[in-house]
Amino acid sequence: MKNMVYRELEGNSPGYYGLLGISAILVALGLFAAYNMEHHGHVITGMTNQIVWGMPHIFAIFLILAASGVLNVASIGSVFRKTFYSPLGRLSALLAITLLIGGLSILVLDLGHPDRLLVAMTTYNFKSIFAWNIYLYNGFLVIVAVYLWFMMERRMQRYYPVAGLVAFIWRLILTTGTGSIFGFLVAREAYNAAIMAPLFIALSLSLGLAAFILILLTDCTETHCPLGEGILHRPKSLLGVFVAAAFYFVLAYHFTNLYITERHGIEYFILVGGGIYTFLFWGGYLLIGTLLPLILIYHPQLNQSRKNITLAAVLVLIGGFSLLYVIIIGGQAYPLDIFPGMEVTASGFFDNSPVHSYVPSHWEIMLGIGGIAISVLLTTLALKILPFLPASLADADLDPQLLD
Amino acid sequence: MNEETTTPNRRDFLKNAAALAGITVAPGILLYSVSQAKPADQSVTSEQRWGMLIDVTQCTSGCDECVKACTVEHGLTEATRPEIAAHWIRKVGLRDKQTGQEYSLPVLCQHCEHPPCADVCPTGASFKRADGIVLVDKHICIGCRYCMMACPYKARSFIHETLENQKPYSPRGKGTVESCNFCVHRVDKGKNPACVEACQQAGHEAMIFGDLNDPYSKISEKLKIVKSTALRADMRLNPGVRYQGL
Ligand code: SF4
Repeated sequence: MKNMVYRELEGNSPGYYGLLGISAILVALGLFAAYNMEHHGHVITGMTNQIVWGMPHIFAIFLILAASGVLNVASIGSVFRKTFYSPLGRLSALLAITLLIGGLSILVLDLGHPDRLLVAMTTYNFKSIFAWNIYLYNGFLVIVAVYLWFMMERRMQRYYPVAGLVAFIWRLILTTGTGSIFGFLVAREAYNAAIMAPLFIALSLSLGLAAFILILLTDCTETHCPLGEGILHRPKSLLGVFVAAAFYFVLAYHFTNLYITERHGIEYFILVGGGIYTFLFWGGYLLIGTLLPLILIYHPQLNQSRKNITLAAVLVLIGGFSLLYVIIIGGQAYPLDIFPGMEVTASGFFDNSPVHSYVPSHWEIMLGIGGIAISVLLTTLALKILPFLPASLADADLDPQLLD
Repeated sequence: MNEETTTPNRRDFLKNAAALAGITVAPGILLYSVSQAKPADQSVTSEQRWGMLIDVTQCTSGCDECVKACTVEHGLTEATRPEIAAHWIRKVGLRDKQTGQEYSLPVLCQHCEHPPCADVCPTGASFKRADGIVLVDKHICIGCRYCMMACPYKARSFIHETLENQKPYSPRGKGTVESCNFCVHRVDKGKNPACVEACQQAGHEAMIFGDLNDPYSKISEKLKIVKSTALRADMRLNPGVRYQGL
């Protein structure tokens, strides 16, 4: 492979400033929402004492998963020595950092006491998987930053595969940690399952790659850089594999639950009688987020169009978001079984509701979008300051073998 | 319902070897009162484990004296929406799906020996005191609500709005999580929790509070002879709250 040339974004076009402006406004709106949630309390959200994690958590976990998954592109380049992906390593690592910062910002701003961030950073209960996650996230930021530096600094390039390996392993642990936040909740029927961790890993790979493909495509229309068909072909097929893998774990998760008699209630709720959750599972996740993208990716005629690939990536993101909504909100909407074998006839605290209702307020959605905007803003600025992008993504420049 | 009979923990007899030795020199009644009250200048120890026995057969379905007493004691006020109101104790009506038998009982924080809320809390704000009372330190709670996700009994409430008229002995605050604290301020003075007192005053005697580690406490004596059960005993959290007649 010939030596890659990297460049900064010129960043003078109206499109660039437009993107910068819009994301800055959305960040401001997100911060305004967070300010209001802190000032008035969570009374202004749709959350209750039954549904304690709402829309912000969906956005946050979505971004955190995508952050860990997006790094996969760099890993394929450095850990698995696929030179073809190497030129994209810098962008991949940058996105891992910015997406994670966006996701964590939402999580922190949604706390009852965001002002106590310092407490969270200094007072630890080491038995808490949440506390581990704080370490995992901070560690991830540091490790990926070092990895990025080794990639960009010629003198450090010898160490770059080692850094890549560390980042790769760290990322797997990180997503295991994120999945285990739910997997370790022994009291909740929807969550108490070890399979949550691999499910989250598979989901992170598909979300991360979909996000990466979209950003790559946007970037190249924006800057008119040549983007070869070959470079799209491989991640496209890989996306199909990841989407199928996530589906496999979702399938295994539901089969396990269907086998365990005491979980039939929650399974019926999600798969048949859960209203919005059932709809989002079949329509949002399965049809829009899994089947359609797979068709677009594998159909020999359909998959020739760049528009279809873009569409497939968008659908994968929508599907992942829907699945997270079903898992996180649906899992809480289904009441806890505190009295097995008993029917609750009366309760002063909603134990007798067949389902807990949740309607997200606009503040929560604003905060979530604000988090995405933080990621976009940081990425856009970084691309202008440092050379993250290959000068050309034309097939011949990346990998001459592609032309064969 | 999982019918797991509770017997006093054998280890407790060993733990209380010193206390047991004391019986031979002091009258039993004196020992009883000594183990109930803790002088203010002494720190909390694991010599005691506070617990509660709820006799479901004595609890009537129309009565909510315990809930009212808790509301007054801790200054729990009405919320803007019922879904966000704080509940430290609630009355629940149950019907056995097999037999159709009906029950009415109060549910509160079960003060587990292995509290999942304390396990998951990232900062350690949720913790178990040496004497078994599970508490939230409102100064280091960051309001992440993970403990609420983890609690099998839905015993916790998040404070969604600004509070007024708080009781000095029961600090609460917007943006933090709270739950029944066994009226720790009363227990430390040798008194019963407010709900237990209210139940007794209403003439129901459905709740007994006391030291599970003291084999001669009223609660331990009763637990030895009646069949009692823990909610979600399958989770093996060994709650300090037990139910009789469920
Ligand atoms: S809400 Fe407070 S007490 Fe509960 S887990 Fe979070 S920090 Fe701990």
